[in-house]
Amino acid sequence: MARIVSAFAIGLLFGCGLLVSGMANPAKVLAFLDIAGRWDPSLAFVMAGAVAVSAAGYVLARRRGRPVFAERLEIPTRRDLDARLLAGAALFGIGWGLAGLCPGPALTLLTVAPVQAAIFVAAMVVGMVLFRFVPDGGKRRQMSFEASAGHPSDA
Amino acid sequence: MDDVTPLSALLGGLMIGASAALLLLLNGRIAGISGILGGLLASPSRETGWRVAFLAGLILAPLAYAGLGGRLPPVSLGASAPLLVLAGLLVGFGARLGAGCTSGHGVCGIGRGSPRSLVATGTFMAVAILTVFLIRHLAGA
Repeated sequence: MARIVSAFAIGLLFGCGLLVSGMANPAKVLAFLDIAGRWDPSLAFVMAGAVAVSAAGYVLARRRGRPVFAERLEIPTRRDLDARLLAGAALFGIGWGLAGLCPGPALTLLTVAPVQAAIFVAAMVVGMVLFRFVPDGGKRRQMSFEASAGHPSDA
Repeated sequence: MDDVTPLSALLGGLMIGASAALLLLLNGRIAGISGILGGLLASPSRETGWRVAFLAGLILAPLAYAGLGGRLPPVSLGASAPLLVLAGLLVGFGARLGAGCTSGHGVCGIGRGSPRSLVATGTFMAVAILTVFLIRHLAGA
């Protein structure tokens, strides 16, 4: 139960962060990506703030070992680069650049701009379902995760 | 065009980073939105409950934000319906194929210094910048 309640509260905080930062405003995202136009560098500050706190959280979580409400940390440990990673990121980048929406903001906008966000989210879910038809598409994720009971490795 | 807003961007970024840190410290999980949503498309498991709760929080955030007296920032979504469909398909499929999105790779992965996440983030940022350039400055849209 604690896991559920904390996840809900953390989701709320994440969504509020998206709203406050401007990440949930597609026009703002596109202005950040439009380096040849009237470039708006604001979102670089979102990235800087988010990465700094996330990095601190990672160090703390590693040091602590066991999460408060779960039995172990589940952190991706793969370090190899493969074609799927690059192709996936490239396709994602095209989609992100077309509409200025990525998964988090799209979900948060469901209650702000319901029709447009719902169209995007529905298509996004279809895209995710299509991925399951890629050979090993449904399994690869599990393989890229491994139990890590607090080893201070470099994963 | 919006004005440059470094302070609210930084504050929002700190909140996003805090969410990622808390999910890891409390629940031991990565705050990657595409991974959380994609995980729900598989058969139900012990992970289903917290994933649904997290996404519910994410979706209800604007109501909480407004309820606490926050003024919802302006949202401008100019894309047409067909463009939203195409973009959504690419974002959903690409995020799963590339094992992460802006949050999973960009915030969590870079935060722990993952080379895969650094490369993925560099790739999707560069491609998104190129896409916007082609649309806005070459196609004249």
